[in-house]
Amino acid sequence: MTCREFSEFLSDYLASELPAEARQAFQQHFDECPTCIDYVKSFESTIRLGQCVCTHPDDPVPQDVPEDLVKAILAGRKKLK
Amino acid sequence: MLAALRHGREEAFEQLVRLYGGRMLAVARRFLRNEEDARDAVQDAFVSAFKAIDRFAGNSRLSTWLQRIAINAALMKLRSKSRKPETSIDDLLPKFRDDGHPLRAPLPWKEDFDALIQRSEVRALVRERIDQLPEPHRTVLLLRDIEEFDTEHTAKLLGISTAAVKTRLHRARQALRTLLDHHFRGDAA
Repeated sequence: MTCREFSEFLSDYLASELPAEARQAFQQHFDECPTCIDYVKSFESTIRLGQCVCTHPDDPVPQDVPEDLVKAILAGRKKLK
Repeated sequence: MLAALRHGREEAFEQLVRLYGGRMLAVARRFLRNEEDARDAVQDAFVSAFKAIDRFAGNSRLSTWLQRIAINAALMKLRSKSRKPETSIDDLLPKFRDDGHPLRAPLPWKEDFDALIQRSEVRALVRERIDQLPEPHRTVLLLRDIEEFDTEHTAKLLGISTAAVKTRLHRARQALRTLLDHHFRGDAA
């Protein structure tokens, strides 16, 4: 297995979606290739970053709805009736 | 509240909008990069919710149900927008030599990662970089990694195959990693 192949199937590997034989080849490459170890760590960090920046407790979801939007939504409902 | 909504009581609808509208707007803003579009999507979402309230079975929480409707409305809005030519994602994917080795070996990222994400400017930067992804890839990343929908549900929402979802998600993660590499690798200032 090459670093290119490793990179190509990394998401499948992390999701445990590779067939057993491919998984073994993947694991062997991972154990022997420091370049890919660094890549995997930064790839996993990327996924975590994406997840936490949108749900971080210090970035609370605004609870308030702009008043003009509330009015527009309720006016839209009246038209439905 | 559900009973009042089903009886068509006006104050219940207003309460619903005030209680959940902010969260729905936040969701719509994630998908739509334009404030006006996000507001339009929330309006459309509430119209859909008002029409369907009798069919809400109560299997999920009302907030989850509304969030899904808001995502659907945002996706509809995305689809209805005139399609701009997307920048290619290829430039953001890792490059390899003919022998399969990387053109440039990746540098390890900073170790104090957990401390970094506590900084609001770092989180803002990551959100900016997510917004730089080409639309089809950004949408799949949001649905799979942030909204945590499974591959099948994502495929259904987007009207594409599960294989396409998997490919787009992987490309999106690779591209986002490239966009963040400059800021997070060990030799970055």
